[in-house]
Amino acid sequence: MSPQSSATAPKHRSAQESRDRLRAILYGNRFRAGLFKQILVYALLIVLSALFLLPFYWMVNTSLKTPDQLFAIPPVWFPHPFAWDNYVHVMTTSLGPQYPSVLRSAANTLIITVNGLIATLVSSSLVAYAFARMEFPGKNVLFLGILGTLMVPFAVIMIPQFILWKKLNWLDTYWPLIIPQWFGGAWNIFLMRQFFMTIPKEYDEAALLEGASRWDIYWRIILPLSRPVMAAVAVFAFVFFWNDFLNPLIILVTPLKFTLTMFLANFAMMYQYVQWQLWMAGSVIIILPCLMLFFFTQNLFLSGINITGMRK
Amino acid sequence: MAAISGNKIKDFFKSGRTRNALTAYLFVSPWIIGFLLFMGGPIIASLVLSFFRWDLLSPPHFVGLANFTDLFKKTDLFVPSMIVTFKYVIIAVPASQILALGLALLLNQKVRFRGLFRTIFYLPAVVSGVAASVIWMWLYDAQYGVIDNLLTLVGINGPNWLFSKNLALWSLMIMSLWNVGVPMVVYLAALQGLPQELYEAAELDSASGWDTFWHLTVPLISPAILFNLVVGTIFGIQTFAQPYLMTNGGPVNSTLFVGLHLYEVAFHYLQMGGGSAIAWILFMIILLLTLAQLRLANRWVYYESQ
Repeated sequence: MSPQSSATAPKHRSAQESRDRLRAILYGNRFRAGLFKQILVYALLIVLSALFLLPFYWMVNTSLKTPDQLFAIPPVWFPHPFAWDNYVHVMTTSLGPQYPSVLRSAANTLIITVNGLIATLVSSSLVAYAFARMEFPGKNVLFLGILGTLMVPFAVIMIPQFILWKKLNWLDTYWPLIIPQWFGGAWNIFLMRQFFMTIPKEYDEAALLEGASRWDIYWRIILPLSRPVMAAVAVFAFVFFWNDFLNPLIILVTPLKFTLTMFLANFAMMYQYVQWQLWMAGSVIIILPCLMLFFFTQNLFLSGINITGMRK
Repeated sequence: MAAISGNKIKDFFKSGRTRNALTAYLFVSPWIIGFLLFMGGPIIASLVLSFFRWDLLSPPHFVGLANFTDLFKKTDLFVPSMIVTFKYVIIAVPASQILALGLALLLNQKVRFRGLFRTIFYLPAVVSGVAASVIWMWLYDAQYGVIDNLLTLVGINGPNWLFSKNLALWSLMIMSLWNVGVPMVVYLAALQGLPQELYEAAELDSASGWDTFWHLTVPLISPAILFNLVVGTIFGIQTFAQPYLMTNGGPVNSTLFVGLHLYEVAFHYLQMGGGSAIAWILFMIILLLTLAQLRLANRWVYYESQ
């Protein structure tokens, strides 16, 4: 364990190798520590993963149980056989003509989500483009203002918006959930602007020399090159609108118009007593699209944060 | 004279700068219009509303500061709801950050299947708050829930989580840890951007792991810590779906979050003015908290450019 052995090492070793040997000797006992550390890390990760997955597992598990298995003590960890009926039941039945089924609620939610997606992509990119590429008086103040709106809690605007919808006779319709999305969202504007600014300005300049208009540059240069951020925003937006709860809650009154989240929330009230296996099946159905979307776009989703440089 | 000013106007509009500015404003106009209609207007309207009593059925009438002073009466639920909310934020946000950072550090080791683990930890973030609430309600069930069942295996008699005056809020806090995937991903990104040379230098100086962590890692990722703290606080204060669905603010208002209280005041008791008053106080508190956090940040957040 003495350093002298490296001092007498043959001179043709590179400096790096010498340093490594020195390090290996000085920290030699770390090998065992290193292995121990590796095992500890993996063990922790596995245990924590199991804990994080437990709710999912239990949700699916419960959704495939029959009522008697539901209340068995000790609990059934693996139901035999799978009660797919629960899903069929949840998907097709509704309590009456004035109550929605899952499919109906899903369709409602889809309308709002798809609109929100397109509206956000279009409007936020237009605004972000201006901030990324153009100069105009008040630009900085306006951008700070946009960021400032991120701090406004929904609660503050919720009540006046409600009154506005009431005055417009838009309550219990989908208009309040469709129209405001076409005016750009601060967070998405910020993300897109950051990304647009990474596109080399030379493209713009070359296009301008050839007489392209600002719109041309936006449409033909910036947008096609912005697939990553567009994809990231699209996924964020889909998840946001699909899972939106409070906004539809205060606007929609007729059960047939409920979104999936509202449907799920009112689920227990639609049955005489809480049928957990059905409620879990409903939960699985509602989270499935987001889960699948997430799986297929993971890399985009999680690197979208990198793109905008969350680290200063 | 008229001819000259006419030319000046024409020149103004023809000038490149003006045309550019106008084009820019055209692109920004959606946001401006949206802001005026759906945000700026409502913000001011809500402030004005807070001085009135209005139940939407009869005309509004002016009450001055009564809506605000009423909030602090002994019988009003506003102050209790603020206490509940702050208890939650003070504990759940730091706990989430610590867990998130811990997970990020674990994932930052050269582990195989890092992507798989990262996905597992982030997954709850795409689950609808409503679905999550339903799942956890079932998990927390006193008779048939998994949590109590697992506790029984270890010999502990599991409590009735969501129906216990003392434990209901803690139940929600524990549930919030399920969502650490979001701050974790931010920390992971920050950690992966750290320069390796500093760590090698530290190792050669035989710095201990703990020293390296406190004096090297933490300062270097302090911008990420600040970001997560600010965002976590803002969202934590506005928690709504979980208390609404799982406990409805109970038992005995022990989980009456201020967001839920506001919702009830405005949409159950139909007090538009009262609700607006609560909303504005909430707004001011969030602003002050954020500003305070940003101010304090000067002391401990380290930017590489400095």
